[in-house]
Amino acid sequence: MATNKHLLEIVGLAVNYGHIRAVHQLDLTIQQGEIVALIGANGAGKSTTLLAVSGLLKPSAGTILFEGKDVGRLRPQEIVQHGLIQVPEGRAILTTLTVLENLELGAYSRKNRREAAQDLEVVLDRFPILRERGDLPAGNLSGGEQQMLAIGRALMGRPRLLLLDEPSMGLAPLVVQGIFEILQEINKTGTSILLVEQNARQALRVANRGYVLETGKIVLSDTASNLLENQKVIDAYLGGGKDCCSVD
Amino acid sequence: MIAQQLINALTLGSVYALFALGFTLVFGVLEVINLAHGAVFMAGAYAALLLVTKANLNIWVALPLAMLASGALGLLIDQIVLKPLRGRRAHHLMPMIATIGAATLITNAAQGIFGAETSRFPLGTIPEESFQIGTIRITELQIAIVIISFLLMLLLMVILKKTRLGKAVRAVAENPQTSYLLGINVEGVFRLVSFTAAALGGGAGVLIGLSFNAIFPFMGQPLMPKGIAVIILGGMGDVRGAMVGGLFLGVAEVMSVAYLSSDYRDAVAFGLLFLILLVRPSGLFGRVLERKA
Ligand SMILES: Nc1ncnc2c1ncn2[C@@H]1O[C@H](COP(=O)(O)OP(=O)(O)O)[C@@H](O)[C@H]1O
Ligand SMILES: [Mg+2]
Repeated sequence: MATNKHLLEIVGLAVNYGHIRAVHQLDLTIQQGEIVALIGANGAGKSTTLLAVSGLLKPSAGTILFEGKDVGRLRPQEIVQHGLIQVPEGRAILTTLTVLENLELGAYSRKNRREAAQDLEVVLDRFPILRERGDLPAGNLSGGEQQMLAIGRALMGRPRLLLLDEPSMGLAPLVVQGIFEILQEINKTGTSILLVEQNARQALRVANRGYVLETGKIVLSDTASNLLENQKVIDAYLGGGKDCCSVD
Repeated sequence: MIAQQLINALTLGSVYALFALGFTLVFGVLEVINLAHGAVFMAGAYAALLLVTKANLNIWVALPLAMLASGALGLLIDQIVLKPLRGRRAHHLMPMIATIGAATLITNAAQGIFGAETSRFPLGTIPEESFQIGTIRITELQIAIVIISFLLMLLLMVILKKTRLGKAVRAVAENPQTSYLLGINVEGVFRLVSFTAAALGGGAGVLIGLSFNAIFPFMGQPLMPKGIAVIILGGMGDVRGAMVGGLFLGVAEVMSVAYLSSDYRDAVAFGLLFLILLVRPSGLFGRVLERKA
């Protein structure tokens, strides 16, 4: 058992909504430094998986190990303190708070206020638009700016593993491009990433490995480059070679 | 005459505002219409009475202690009545109904312990000095009530606006799910808000008990429709709105008693409320409530 070399190791995860099982027997690992894509159609169970990892849904079976520690029964704020930080679906910006207040709350669970203040400068340097709009209510930002704010806010928590739930949702192709470039830069600074996407092509292009989720089960897992050439993946998720974008 | 009435209105209105502030805080953060807030208001007044009569404390020492006791009662209501309903996908009317139960229990307990008749603070408890400025008479008690109410409201606003904790409270008010993902102890915020809101409500009870020198088990009941009216008028869940709404209601009541008849006090106040809502359905400071399901 070489569990220690995994950053995140999910074994046999099952999550229910009442009597409905949304995720079954899910196994997934992430190594330090990787970008891993979790792709699947709408309703496949991607968000359910992420919410379970963050402690917002209680698993009905299975274990979630983060850096070798069982985090599957911890409370959400304890999971955040371990450096497992999620940017949820739809970005979940606090629209009535200012941009800066959103960022400050990203560091809520951190003890060292000085380091947090330094990180705020780093984030504002990475996203100059957020500095410009700092005192505006976050609800005034455009969709792309809100996604940057959501990512910046997550960075304020010093993630060891960043969980992203469909960061491309509802954004224009060019904006999506920019977001994925930013994610690659963040990854280069040593932050591992679990990227959930319906936008499979773009996700697999930036990922090292990928998992394909269908009706709550992992049906395929491989390196990202192999998945991009896998005929089943091409037929089901890559929409006949078109370069862009989630179809609704 | 009008200046004198305005002073009286300011006094009454600032207590209404204090009462409504706790009420609106719970509504904004826990999304519960807490119908036990009036019972906590009454319990605060009795707590101060006990501290003055049994422990021989000065009223201004008894006030903060009574507020702590009221806060503890609010926390108890949250933990026993509201917490079990959270996260159970209970219909949003269920916690409200449950607080009616809590209110009834607390009111009946007060009746059992203190009897249904009106209790009064012993002579000498209430400052009776007053100042004459021209034709206006201001009592020391009125000054104290206005200053205490405004200080408490200001303190709350500054905490909510400026502090880390205040920002966390506002985050939970907007979106508990997101707050969890930011590492905020959401249950802790619920407890803190329940405590603070009840402490403010209990404090308002002490001040009303002092200004009418009358404490009785049902004294919280007329406050409930007023509290609801004030938060609707101010904009649901809005702190500034509760303050302005409370003051407005105080003015409306005092003026209608002074210039019409005390029989029409509530009719005028609620009539005005109705008219304002016809023009501004989301209240004075109301934004359309937005919370993702
Ligand atoms: N709160 C909920 N209550 C009941 N069923 C849900 C809930 N959320 C999601 N589901 C169901 O669980 C399944 C997986 O949903 P989800 O994890 O949101 O999928 P994805 O993120 O891959 O689109 C779907 O069938 C969905 O209808
Ligand atoms: Mg989803």
